[in-house]
Amino acid sequence: MKLPAFEYLRARSPEEAWQLHSEVEGDAVYLSGGHSVVPSMALRLQAPSRLIDISGIADLHGVVAQDNALRIGAMTRHAEVMDNPLVARHAPLLALAAPHVAHPAIRNRGTLGGNLALADPASEFPAAVLALRAEIEIIGPEGSRHVPADEFFLDLYETALAPGEILTAVHVPLPPASRVFAFDEIARRRGDYAMVGAAAQADLEKGMIVDASIAFFSVGFTPVRAKAAQAALIGAPLSRESVARAQASLAEDLDPPDDPGFPAHRRLQLARVLLGRVLNQMETRP
Amino acid sequence: MKVLVNTKVNGTPVQEAVTPRSSLADFLRDDLGLTGTHLGCEMGACGACLVLLDGAPVHACLVLAVQAEGGTVETVEGLTETGAVADLQENFHDRNALQCGYCTSGMLMSAQALLARNAAPSRDEIRDALSGNYCRCTGYEAIVDAIAATGRARAAATESAQAASANTEAAE
Ligand SMILES: Cc1cc2nc3c(=O)[nH]c(=O)nc-3n(C[C@H](O)[C@H](O)[C@H](O)COP(=O)(O)OP(=O)(O)OC[C@H]3O[C@@H](n4cnc5c(N)ncnc54)[C@H](O)[C@@H]3O)c2cc1C
Ligand code: FES
Ligand code: FES
Repeated sequence: MKLPAFEYLRARSPEEAWQLHSEVEGDAVYLSGGHSVVPSMALRLQAPSRLIDISGIADLHGVVAQDNALRIGAMTRHAEVMDNPLVARHAPLLALAAPHVAHPAIRNRGTLGGNLALADPASEFPAAVLALRAEIEIIGPEGSRHVPADEFFLDLYETALAPGEILTAVHVPLPPASRVFAFDEIARRRGDYAMVGAAAQADLEKGMIVDASIAFFSVGFTPVRAKAAQAALIGAPLSRESVARAQASLAEDLDPPDDPGFPAHRRLQLARVLLGRVLNQMETRP
Repeated sequence: MKVLVNTKVNGTPVQEAVTPRSSLADFLRDDLGLTGTHLGCEMGACGACLVLLDGAPVHACLVLAVQAEGGTVETVEGLTETGAVADLQENFHDRNALQCGYCTSGMLMSAQALLARNAAPSRDEIRDALSGNYCRCTGYEAIVDAIAATGRARAAATESAQAASANTEAAE
């Protein structure tokens, strides 16, 4: 369908953006790549009276390695997340996740910031930033702040962003060279949203897992950290036994929705299979 | 209220006042008469509307015309006129890779972008690149064939050009 009518304005700075946002309280929507906003308007899921294009704000652009973290600007498109050498080196889970996000042409427009701000529970990047223990940089009328990914995704399409606030960047802590990563998902067709997906990283010392960070997506209203599975791995070598223990403990971490066509127990089973796969990928990585 | 948009479409600078709700596809089709860009689903699912924006394929149904400000747009008409996709078109024709043709302009955009990145893609890579392009007629097999054949022909042409220039250098 054609879009309902709206007013289109460009913001050149965050200040201008929230000024324009506050003028039509509750009825304005920020526009980055537009690849969630535009289809949802075409489907009449929303009909804001004003779209504020924030893509021209300089602070949302660029990928820079800083002292302790890689700063990835919110306007970084999925295709760049997939190809950028700094992302591949310092935030490999995002680079590994990107080819699973939608189709090539969507990736040319969709942005990392828009994807995280939307917080679709079936989306790949939110789980990747959770597993990477990244921080989300937010700016608003009250100032700027960093929110750990663990505190950012609150509920279905609900994040720590207050109305009018802008997600400016993602900060990924620079990893030690020895850290291993894996990302995978099970989807019906290439480019489809996943039935279940997982992002994982681990630190190994002398063959022992000293730290593990694992996040699942498409398993509920938000991406979910698999705390019990992490605990089952830490202090053990990456072996068939420890993987089986982690798989068994997933029932404590995940409480998937009971869909008539896709019962909770089946999704949990797929999550176990997937956990086995990603841990196995880590083991076989050089 | 209309918004003034400056873009370059198929090499020609265009300045036009558009309503914000117009998609880039509507703008190309209705305002510029470039109807080679097709509209199927108008929600990003079918790929009939793909055009090149700043050299990369995008869904013209999901990009607002106002978002093309300052950008360079190439449609199937432009790529046909310059001959950039002439070999792809010929291979699609030879291999019967189209029936109704509704999906074809979108297929050509994805194929052109894939071959620019990867001169000799595998069949799997071709299918991956076409994951957002629906064809309701052909069953895809012939489309994959046509793209693979074009990739091979382009790679062979580059190789023989390189060999020729190496020979000239050697002769000098
Ligand atoms: C056919 C199709 C298939 C897709 N498949 C997948 C998939 O498999 N996996 C997946 O993860 N995604 C998928 N997507 C979604 C795609 O990745 C979106 O582009 C992305 O989720 C949103 O990014 P955007 O830049 O387009 O955001 P927009 O559509 O511009 O914005 C999305 C929301 O976030 C808000 N917003 C945007 N930027 C900011 C910011 N910087 N600060 C605060 N708020 C902001 C907007 O107001 C809006 O509410 C698909 C989309 C389509 C059309
Ligand atoms: S019309 Fe744009 S994807 Fe179907
Ligand atoms: S040829 Fe008819 S849709 Fe592809």
